[in-house]
Amino acid sequence: MIGKARVLRGAAALAALALLAACGNDSGGGGDTASGGGGLQGNGEITFATGKDTSGNMVKLVDEWNAAHPNEKVRIVELPESADGQRQQLVQNAQVKSDAYTVLNLDVVWTAEFAANRWVDELPQDQFELDKFLKPAVDTGKYRDKLYAMPVYSDGGLLYYRKDLLDQVGLQAPKTWTELTTACQKVAASVPAAAGMGCYAGQFEKYEGLTCNFAEAVQSAGGALLDAEGKPTVNTEQAKTGLTTLVQGFQAGAIPQKAITFKEEEGRRAFQAGELLFHRQWPYQWALANKTDGSSQVAGKFDVAPLPGVTGPGSSTLGGHNFAISAFGKNKATALEFIKFFTSEKSERSNLIATSQAPTRESLYSDAELTKQFPYLPTLKASIESAKPRPQAVKYGDVTAAIQENAYAALTNAKTPEQALADMQKKLEELTKQ
Amino acid sequence: MTTTAPASAPAAEPKKAAPRTSPQGSGKLAALLLTPTFLVLGLVIVYPLIAALRESLYRRGEGLDESGFVVEGERFVGVDNYSAIFQGEAGDRFWNAFGNTTWFTVVSVLIEIVIGVAMALVMHHALRGKGLVRASILVPWAIPTAVSAILWRWIFTTDGVANQILNSEVLWTAEGQQAFWAVVIADTWKTAPFIGLLVLAGLQLISGDVYEAARVDGANAWLTFWRITLPLVKPALLVAVLFRTLDVLRMFDLPFVMIGQRKFAVETLSMLAYDEASNLRYGPAAAYATVLFLYVALVAFVFVKLLGADVIGEARSQKRLVKRQDKGEVQPVLPVAVAAGGTPL
Repeated sequence: MIGKARVLRGAAALAALALLAACGNDSGGGGDTASGGGGLQGNGEITFATGKDTSGNMVKLVDEWNAAHPNEKVRIVELPESADGQRQQLVQNAQVKSDAYTVLNLDVVWTAEFAANRWVDELPQDQFELDKFLKPAVDTGKYRDKLYAMPVYSDGGLLYYRKDLLDQVGLQAPKTWTELTTACQKVAASVPAAAGMGCYAGQFEKYEGLTCNFAEAVQSAGGALLDAEGKPTVNTEQAKTGLTTLVQGFQAGAIPQKAITFKEEEGRRAFQAGELLFHRQWPYQWALANKTDGSSQVAGKFDVAPLPGVTGPGSSTLGGHNFAISAFGKNKATALEFIKFFTSEKSERSNLIATSQAPTRESLYSDAELTKQFPYLPTLKASIESAKPRPQAVKYGDVTAAIQENAYAALTNAKTPEQALADMQKKLEELTKQ
Repeated sequence: MTTTAPASAPAAEPKKAAPRTSPQGSGKLAALLLTPTFLVLGLVIVYPLIAALRESLYRRGEGLDESGFVVEGERFVGVDNYSAIFQGEAGDRFWNAFGNTTWFTVVSVLIEIVIGVAMALVMHHALRGKGLVRASILVPWAIPTAVSAILWRWIFTTDGVANQILNSEVLWTAEGQQAFWAVVIADTWKTAPFIGLLVLAGLQLISGDVYEAARVDGANAWLTFWRITLPLVKPALLVAVLFRTLDVLRMFDLPFVMIGQRKFAVETLSMLAYDEASNLRYGPAAAYATVLFLYVALVAFVFVKLLGADVIGEARSQKRLVKRQDKGEVQPVLPVAVAAGGTPL
């Protein structure tokens, strides 16, 4: 019997040890590698670390590059599908200073973190035609006025609306929140088919999407998360107006209760099932909601408009991806050329056609051929041009957590909007004071 | 063993002259043969353990220099990472996660014991379609936790199966008590079969004679279960419960994937450590992991001390027949438990 107890004890200790061992992984990092703008040298084979290439167009472009540069071949390294997973892998790789990745595909909100940790090299601004790119997109690649990442894909929020229903009551797309709620009431009152429909939804689950939606609510009311000096300004009248609009939307039932669990896909399903009159969503929904294979009930029945504001059109948050060069990679001159190739007009055009992801070159938005295929391009351009980036903070993970925490508390009535914004301001001041 | 043989062979060469039977020589040989095992254990357990403990005493990447770069290098902070866990806002979050972890453990393990034992009895007694019943009960256990979490997330979405069956619109994945119960349900679904499997192994070792004797004595089904089956499967059950307890204490993927990050109704201690690490605060993350380790170790110790001792005491007072039975089945059960318990998360 004693033997049994000992085995039990041993097993328990082993299980506990395994747990601790699993948590104590990292030990590298730090060090003092110099990185500067001019040191992008060396030609040869490089790697390109990116998230999943769902369209296959990255492979196509890379093949094109490889055919033209047989001695400077690029190999794609596929990272996990989720943004968190990608960041984690890139960070771990940077901390052990591995040269496994040369060109990095970074989400727009990671620039500050990667630049401040010296994980990516500064890019020479004069070698890119920056004035031909959308300025807000270029700003997402900058940290302290230096360019660290080159914008390849952009993204802005759009207001999807049921044109068929608005037409029935003789209304245009709403420009303000008041117009939006009035439109909902009118449709509900006079269109029998719209009975039981929700008025509006965005992404309100506690994740990055909530940060975007909260930022948009604040900006659309004339406020901003941070001022020009990078100081938080969320405890203002404008921010209060913005947050209160959402909170009241939930309380009045204009935003369905279940929207608190919505990420992009849950909302898209609701919109495609005809449950929503208005939906704040990224451009990718256009093609999917227009599918006529039966997956969407609203194909051909909707259109897009800029996000609504308080007194006029609102302001979107900026999404997208930028390419950067790892500080620990080899053959950086080749990497620089590869980024130029990927951001050329030709590449961006082929990307847009294949993936419908928003390009960063201005000219493509007014291209007659492209606007025919993607009728939402002019609206999207307007959305991106009036868009603001999310806070460019080194500790972005903590910043977005503080925003989500308090915005979610307000939306679920755990805090009043005033209290939530006061707490958020305090937290953001702590996080950005350095 | 084959891989370790070449490594130890040259070292053994000079000692060949020593007589094999000498106690000193055999001791050395034993030490030599055990060395690879200790090396591996040292590499995969002791080293990471010490590295994590060391990490928990440092902080790094704090503050920015003039040009906006993160100041490099690490700083020894003593027990600061530990004391920070219990203070202020972090303290509230910690105790909340501690409560959740404990509560998850108590609730889901209790439910799993009841359902698991019931499953084992069914599997044991099923006459027709025995194989099919066993296989179908074990299916949930075979599915990786992260996959089952995604599965359950679909079930618990607002327009999902759960709400359709209940004919309601419960926001399962939003913040609140319902999220806690959603996780408990998913966890029970997944791991009750584990308890069932181990208890079944215990059941199969109980000799039919005891049941026959009970029948002759006129015991009814309930009495037979309570006085014979349960005491005799207790050792197997205890092992299963111990492993489940330790498993739930480090619960991570179910709440993380199903409900999401930073939802206070379901945040566990493992999730806190993960959150710190993903925000590049490895010192505090290691401190959280160490605290969780100590908690798990304490629970395991108390468990073994209390219940383990009790088993021995009880077994002594049992009748001789039962005692022999008990002894006989303890041994075969354990390897099964160890093998099954080794499954990751």
